[in-house]
Amino acid sequence: MFTKLKSLLYNNEIRAILFQVLAVVVIAYFAYQAFDNMMLNIEQRGIRSGFGFLSDEAGFAVNDNFFLEYSPASTNLQAFYVGIVNTLIVAITGIFSASIIGLIIGISRLSSNYLIRKIATVYIEIFRNIPILLQILFWYSIALNTFPSARNSINFFDSIFLNSRGLYLPKLIAGTELYLVLASFVIGLVGYIFIKKRSDKKHDETGVKTNTIPHFLALVLLLPIVAYFTFGVQLEYPALKGFNFRGGVDLSIEFFALAFSLSIYTATYIAEAIRSGVESVDKGQKEAAAALGLKSSWAMRLVILPQALRVAIPPIINQYLNLTKNSSLAAAVGYTELVTIFSGTVLNVVGQAIEIVMLTMLVYLTISLVISLVLNIFNKKMQIKGR
Amino acid sequence: MAIYPLKETKSPPQSQIKAVVWLKENLFSSALNIALTFVALYLIYLLLPPILNWTIFNANFDLAADNQSCGREGACWAFINSNLKMFIYGFYPQEELWRVNTMFGIIVALVVFGSLIKESQYRAHYIIGSFLIYPVIAFFLLHGGLGLEVVETDKWGGLTLTVVVAAVGIVASFPLGILFALGRQSEMRIVKFISVIYIEFVRGVPLITILFMASVVLPLFFSAGMDFDKLLRALIGITLFQTAYIAEVIRGGLQAIPKGQYEAADASGLSFMQKTVLIILPQALKISIPNIVGSFIALFKDTTLVLIIGLFDMLAIVGAATSNSSWLGREAEGYVFVAMVIWVILYSMSRYSKKLETRFSTEHK
Repeated sequence: MFTKLKSLLYNNEIRAILFQVLAVVVIAYFAYQAFDNMMLNIEQRGIRSGFGFLSDEAGFAVNDNFFLEYSPASTNLQAFYVGIVNTLIVAITGIFSASIIGLIIGISRLSSNYLIRKIATVYIEIFRNIPILLQILFWYSIALNTFPSARNSINFFDSIFLNSRGLYLPKLIAGTELYLVLASFVIGLVGYIFIKKRSDKKHDETGVKTNTIPHFLALVLLLPIVAYFTFGVQLEYPALKGFNFRGGVDLSIEFFALAFSLSIYTATYIAEAIRSGVESVDKGQKEAAAALGLKSSWAMRLVILPQALRVAIPPIINQYLNLTKNSSLAAAVGYTELVTIFSGTVLNVVGQAIEIVMLTMLVYLTISLVISLVLNIFNKKMQIKGR
Repeated sequence: MAIYPLKETKSPPQSQIKAVVWLKENLFSSALNIALTFVALYLIYLLLPPILNWTIFNANFDLAADNQSCGREGACWAFINSNLKMFIYGFYPQEELWRVNTMFGIIVALVVFGSLIKESQYRAHYIIGSFLIYPVIAFFLLHGGLGLEVVETDKWGGLTLTVVVAAVGIVASFPLGILFALGRQSEMRIVKFISVIYIEFVRGVPLITILFMASVVLPLFFSAGMDFDKLLRALIGITLFQTAYIAEVIRGGLQAIPKGQYEAADASGLSFMQKTVLIILPQALKISIPNIVGSFIALFKDTTLVLIIGLFDMLAIVGAATSNSSWLGREAEGYVFVAMVIWVILYSMSRYSKKLETRFSTEHK
């Protein structure tokens, strides 16, 4: 009987089950304890629980607000939405400019020009090894101290103003004219895609290549511009009233410092990804392309780049995710994005730490999931197909 | 007999003198290259003079100067000098600073001694022993007790705090990371599920939200009597965060080991523990060392975030020192100084990790 029990104990499968049951019991015990303590603490401190606070009046103003209706009389839920939108806006701005800077620096690192190569290397080594939070605080303090006051704003054509509070741009007023311009842009884009597809098909079938760049310029760029001037979209210009500018779109200096630092920091990683992507392409590929008689710009475009991008894009997408997560450091300078608004101001007012931190985390988790989904799709598409 | 006089050697043609060739190849090989050279020179002309002017030529190196006498055209390095102690030790009491110095001194001594006994068979024991005993000594020295005056953690700050947070994060997250990596690779479904959820959750959210959770949510989970120190909360948050990243790095190492190693260990009749500790982990850890160092570099950068939950690391000292009325408006000097210190540390770490990468790389080139 005892030996039987012993042999049962040494059975791997039974051990595994026992171990897992033990793990679950321990975790459940701690979770129960934590929950119990939490309920007690909440009761003692007189904190509410649940998500009722979302429909309470927020009571605070928000610096940056782009599309949504918001005033201090709005609810906490509306403040939450403003936070999400602001997070997304700074992330998208950052991703856009980091990609451009990263591309330039990455190509510069591969340049045959010694000076350009060295400048790119120095740029990468400096900005990559300084914590992003330090960079944000540094550029913020530089901007605050060196940009002029509202009265002495740097003035571009009386329509764009830059001062130590922010950047003020003219605003497009929503109306039939604006929608017509947007529609013409969409029509142009669809038309161009149609033409491009047809020319690609012709190229595949007959080998005759058509240059579609003029079509692109005409349809995607010229058409909306023409539409803009023919329909005459109304603009609202910022104007100095009292101590500050009113009207127009206003980008706070905090937004500026944050987007700028995020871009130059993340650009170093994107540049490195591009460089390692290009370097990962076997030397034989370049030689084979040359042997086939492709000139070097064609070899780059048709042979090297497609293979390099397969290696470079996954880490770049990962950096986009990191940039989005790093945008939460706005809390240090007070750009009103999700963490500042929600885990900062709302938490201070309401005090329901658990619900608020969980909701904040949930938003970032969703963004992460979406980005890794995109990454998976990309990887699947780019997989080298086995023969 | 004909005599052939030696011809005098000619100097190499102009086009083959080393420097000229170098310049031609690297800077002036084509029209585009020449244009790029001028762009680069213009960029240097644009950026370098203002930076040098501010940091050196217009700067005031008089270490006794005060905020007024320093001037505003350039940096005022007296600011760093008069706040240097704060940058290094935070608000640690003056007469107890020797304890911090001793703590740093012991680290240096340990590392030097460790490199002396590189060949010794007891090196592994020495390293593991240091990792176990040193934290106790360091805590005793920094915090006090047993005859030493107690210095509460709210007095800790500056570079000392940065190092403490990074070191604790590194040391504590390492064993936990191994556990979660093994858990994620495990065939036990529930264990695997828990590990995957934990790792992906932590990696999906920014560190700052985890720090918020550790500082405002975590205390709610414990009974009211337990008093949670602010630093301890930050350390818990940092460790939870770093664990997930280390786990992923080690999982990479685990996956890189050929299946045959697992099967051979099983065939030799080793138990799970023996297999893991003797066969799998030594190989997996060795493969992942460069990435582990990389992850530590990232952690070191991230320690600056503790300022958001109100700890005074080196970066936060800049704010504290410039809010003192005698040094108003000297943030730039402070940030530049902190950036230089952290940059030197991070740059040497990343060089070291590059070196490790080439040393451990067994790939044929």
